[in-house]
Amino acid sequence: MDINDFIEKFSSCLNHTPTSAISPDTEFKKLDEWSSIFALIVIAMVDSDYQRVLTAEDIRNSNTLADLFNVIQSK
Amino acid sequence: MAIFSIPGIALRAISAAVPVQCEDNETLDLIPEKDRKAFIEQTGIRYRRIAPQGVTASDLCIHAAEPLLATLKWAPADIDVLIFITQTPDYIIPNTASVIHQRLGLSKKCLALDINLGCSGYVYGLSVIGSLLQNMSGSKGLLLVGDCSTSVISREDKSTWPLFSDAGSATAIEQHDGGRWHFNLQSDGSGYQNIMIRGGGQRHPFTAASLAVHEFSPGISRNDLQMKLDGINVFNFALREVTPNITGLLDAIHVPQESIDHFVLHQGNKLMLECIRKKMKESEHKFPYSLYHFGNTSSASIPVTIVTELLAKITGQKSDLLLSGFGVGLSWGSVYLTSDHPIILPLIEV
Repeated sequence: MDINDFIEKFSSCLNHTPTSAISPDTEFKKLDEWSSIFALIVIAMVDSDYQRVLTAEDIRNSNTLADLFNVIQSK
Repeated sequence: MAIFSIPGIALRAISAAVPVQCEDNETLDLIPEKDRKAFIEQTGIRYRRIAPQGVTASDLCIHAAEPLLATLKWAPADIDVLIFITQTPDYIIPNTASVIHQRLGLSKKCLALDINLGCSGYVYGLSVIGSLLQNMSGSKGLLLVGDCSTSVISREDKSTWPLFSDAGSATAIEQHDGGRWHFNLQSDGSGYQNIMIRGGGQRHPFTAASLAVHEFSPGISRNDLQMKLDGINVFNFALREVTPNITGLLDAIHVPQESIDHFVLHQGNKLMLECIRKKMKESEHKFPYSLYHFGNTSSASIPVTIVTELLAKITGQKSDLLLSGFGVGLSWGSVYLTSDHPIILPLIEV
């Protein structure tokens, strides 16, 4: 698993936020586009592209995209 | 897995009724304006039907049942089994099936009972009514399934209010040699708190405090008598369980997936259903959606989708259908059946 690949996939879920604004240090829950529906989009992406299950707790305990990537990688 | 077959039954007719009153998510203040377009696109839900105060799920089901019986020329005295599935009954006591029994003028020979299930209810209901009818030669049954979910949801809860919609349905089923339905029904009680109304039952009886409104997070406020939905847990549950339930059933009965004409799944939200469809590698035209116009109609979503999306496609012909419901409980299940020239009434708006 590659974090840059994950960042690219995460960015492709976004509608308005420029890709240049997304990095491993991005605090994703502070993004203007972040919402409960967006969380489901990310869960769906992780399910289809990584065959891993992201839980509500995983998201709650992660601040940055690097945190989220590490959680996915550890599963 | 509870995989089993019921021989000797046939689906004769389906109807559905929704309230005329409609709400549009595009103008719903509860969803921030900047998020509305994405919300509608991802959930697939734009319009929702809201029953006026005083109109119950049983009212909607009766509106669906009366023209169905008239079209079939089934007299009230012909009905041997009445099953009503809802989470929004008329009363705590008695069961609502008894109220419906009286309103439809059914005879004393008719068995009438309620089942408390939500989004899996239609499939479970078919299994119960089918099991009963198969042993009664020449018998007829009425499966009424519906919910007025909006009556138990907070208008200040953005995790539920923009999703749910009210509807009732009626399905006519008859004992008939030759027909056979195949089921795969499952449950996982460890998720019972994922979709829940905590207060008002025996575990947490109603008190004045039950009405106190709590803000759980911005945009999510409700009292103890209103439904909570843990969206992420339910989403993950559906992604995890629905596809293997369906493919497990088809494998067990040796029916190839490509032979199914229509997969009618509970209409939770479009994002979830599209994930399931892609996992199944199934084409879009076999997955009908009623979400845009009718939202999540809970237990009634499968018959509502059949009535609104498949009327012209399955009326007057034979179709192989795979119906799948999943949700509160957690409870889920699928049925494979062949509908043979069923009568599907146009949607009834009341």
